[in-house]
Amino acid sequence: MSIRVLRPGLLSTIQDRGRHGLQHVGLCPGGAMDPVALALANALVGNARDEAALEITVIGPELEFEEDSLVAVCGAEFKGSFPHNRPVLAAAGSRYNVGRAVRGARAYLAVAGGFAVEPVLGSRSTFIPGQFGGFQGRALRHGDVLPLRDPSTSRRFGSLKKTRDGSVRWSAPPLTLPDREPVLLHVLEGQHFGSFETAAQRAFFEAVWRISPDSNRMGFRLDGPALARAESDEVLSGPTCLGTVQVPANGVPIVLMADHQTTGGYPRIAEVASADVPRLAQLAPGGTVHFARCDLGMAAELREHMNERLAAALRGIAWNYGQ
Amino acid sequence: MSRSFRPKAIHPLGDCAAYVEFSEELDLEVNALIQQLAVVVHGRALPWMHDVVPALGGLALHFDPDHPELRGEPLQAAAALVAECLKKIDPKREAAPRTVEVPVCYEPEFAPDIEEVAKSRKLAAEQVAELHAAGDYRVLMIGFAPGHAYMGGLDRKLAVPRRAAPRAVVAAGSVAIANDQTVVYPYAISGGWNVIGRTPLAVFDASRQEPSLFAPGDRVRFRAISGEEFAKMQG
Repeated sequence: MSIRVLRPGLLSTIQDRGRHGLQHVGLCPGGAMDPVALALANALVGNARDEAALEITVIGPELEFEEDSLVAVCGAEFKGSFPHNRPVLAAAGSRYNVGRAVRGARAYLAVAGGFAVEPVLGSRSTFIPGQFGGFQGRALRHGDVLPLRDPSTSRRFGSLKKTRDGSVRWSAPPLTLPDREPVLLHVLEGQHFGSFETAAQRAFFEAVWRISPDSNRMGFRLDGPALARAESDEVLSGPTCLGTVQVPANGVPIVLMADHQTTGGYPRIAEVASADVPRLAQLAPGGTVHFARCDLGMAAELREHMNERLAAALRGIAWNYGQ
Repeated sequence: MSRSFRPKAIHPLGDCAAYVEFSEELDLEVNALIQQLAVVVHGRALPWMHDVVPALGGLALHFDPDHPELRGEPLQAAAALVAECLKKIDPKREAAPRTVEVPVCYEPEFAPDIEEVAKSRKLAAEQVAELHAAGDYRVLMIGFAPGHAYMGGLDRKLAVPRRAAPRAVVAAGSVAIANDQTVVYPYAISGGWNVIGRTPLAVFDASRQEPSLFAPGDRVRFRAISGEEFAKMQG
């Protein structure tokens, strides 16, 4: 069982929900940039929610399925021959050309049974800076052959095989694709918010920020007004997490993403509410955001809202399958 | 220690983590207690706690705010947990549970900055190596990259600032100094510290059961080795 990579795409890596418990030795959890889309793709093919899928970025790959496989792509919409947000039976020998993203930046291609790669430190996620996890610790290349596990463990594979054309008429809702830009992101004030000049504090919330080309899975740099601090003293290096917005001396904010450093010596102006991070992950360089203040209570509500929408979508998938 | 050891503040680090701050400056005594506290909190093995991360001046707690076993507000639960665990730490106890010995070759081919450090401190390169290897270090925090340990205890005679222009690539295993600390680079990455030697040991190896050579709170000793030993150990 395998998939052959005819064209790797811009950055295609195997990702699951990441590895926890190693931040004290400097290893971030990593994993899928948009875990909501990952969960949907896995559900569509009958995998466990945290199974590893292929994270494809901005320009998709071209793949050849060597056996009959049940596949689903969720998250960003890409040009090409692949139907989105629904399970598709890919026949042996069929080729899928995923094309370029037209809405959103990252999609997850899940295969029933999952990818047969060994977990490293408790996860199948690719950690490119450390060159481990996923498929050989790196992004896909032309000619790679990705091993798959037996899909027959997925009941949904069996039920799709019984359909006439190997697909269905229903689809799962996209939950993380931004409707319009700039994308509104809720943030909590960071520990050092008060150390920035009043004008910079105001600019942070008033400006429309553009994701810089110099952005990756570690962090998104934001082009906009330079943010100056009122205090020039250095801050003591401290912990960071997913969604931390830190501001180096040049005044250009960086939002820390999945493969972020676990500590940093730059002042932390804000922290993006965790429920909003997947929507940020759906922006490519050139995409725009603006920030709105929130508190912990509102961050919890946003989480609850997203959890409910995901739960409803997962129930809908189960109902459609009749399982 | 006569001062009371209590958090100065608990800052939300987003809605899935909290930073329990004890000091805004680096204080080795406070850091040693943070290490002890981290061990106690970690030992509680709470199902809602993902990561317990000691930092220079405080402790970061990363959690699942929606975990069914987490009752009430996460920040309050974190504060209560810390208060409870603080009762279990003993300021008089020697915190370091283990000593890691790190062989280092201080010969020029591995030590691109040793001459410059020596010159600025009015020492000979050999003295820089001797002073560095004689130190008794503690891992204060791991961050920047997996396994990248910030160690305190550097001899004041070796205090030099970071390089004005960081190097684009510092070789993996490079042992470097800046201000009052020393580090060992786990990977070939860019860095601004002054490189005075290199260890043949793998600092971070994901295929090991314990991937990181260092853990927070470790006591670290460096041992000078020759170029031949270095080659032999690297195998």
